Amino acid sequence: MQTNFIVEIIMTNKEMARDPVGATIKRDLLAKKGYDMISNVRSGQYLRIHISAESETSAKEIIEDMCNKLRIFNPVTQNLTILRVSTS
Amino acid sequence: MSIKIAVIQFPAANCDLDAVHVLNDVIGVKTDLVWHNYFKEEAFDGVIFPGGFTFGDYLRAGIIAAHSPAVDEARIMLKEGKPVIGICNGFQILTEAEFLPGALLQNQSLKFICKWVNLRVENNTTAFTKTMNLGDIIDIPVAHGQGRYFTDNLKELEENNQIVFRYSDENGALTEDSNPNGSMDNIAGVCNLEGTCLGLMPHPERASEEILSPKGTDHGKKFFSSMVDFIKRRTEK
Repeated sequence: MQTNFIVEIIMTNKEMARDPVGATIKRDLLAKKGYDMISNVRSGQYLRIHISAESETSAKEIIEDMCNKLRIFNPVTQNLTILRVSTS
Repeated sequence: MSIKIAVIQFPAANCDLDAVHVLNDVIGVKTDLVWHNYFKEEAFDGVIFPGGFTFGDYLRAGIIAAHSPAVDEARIMLKEGKPVIGICNGFQILTEAEFLPGALLQNQSLKFICKWVNLRVENNTTAFTKTMNLGDIIDIPVAHGQGRYFTDNLKELEENNQIVFRYSDENGALTEDSNPNGSMDNIAGVCNLEGTCLGLMPHPERASEEILSPKGTDHGKKFFSSMVDFIKRRTEK
């Protein structure tokens, strides 16, 4: 029995790779508008993927495998996080 | 045996015809423009992955093109010892295909950069730098938004002599001002362990005719004449 799932993933640069987008948001917007309590901002990419699979675990495994095989994230510079899996 | 080189054409590439022109009309080597899905390596002695914005740079610059059949063919060429070069977007493709170490990230300034820069030759033993001298200054333009070189293994690159070019000033000093995009250690180009595959962000095909250079130089020619010399010596063996 196949179920339709939505898998949401984010890809962020590793801490050792500088992130000028996050740094600019923090320095040139947040800090200038008085949000001094913000200590760090990191940007990333978000994908929302619809998938038909037998179970939530299977959906997650297929997506993880696909992302690794096809370099959907760049393992040199990025980390992959599966944010959540939900039914559509 | 006559030499034949291929320039791979992808959707949204824009420097492919420039490369074909320089090879055919400036260097004088038979060069074909080949659509990426149709490229067969056996007919060619070397291949150029040109600059552009293949597949709109979607996901990351070069990642979609890195899965093209042309890249699989180029992988075979490298195994055979044939030279492979990636220029700008071509460099991004070759890092995403893991032919070359590291990755190209968004410029530190977050801006697209289009200007002439100086490169210092760090390795003149590759298939593309044999006609250069160590420490030579190469006058050449860059034009990119994602050219900040990053590696998680700088020490290994240095030990293996894989850093081929660094951004420098006119005198060869590696200053922060001469680094256009925030690249790690001013790195502009790297090669594989064998020196048969080179990737660089600057555009030698735009620097191969005096009329195109503000200083009247044609340093870009050296990349392609080195490539042709390398092929000649390889095929004579």
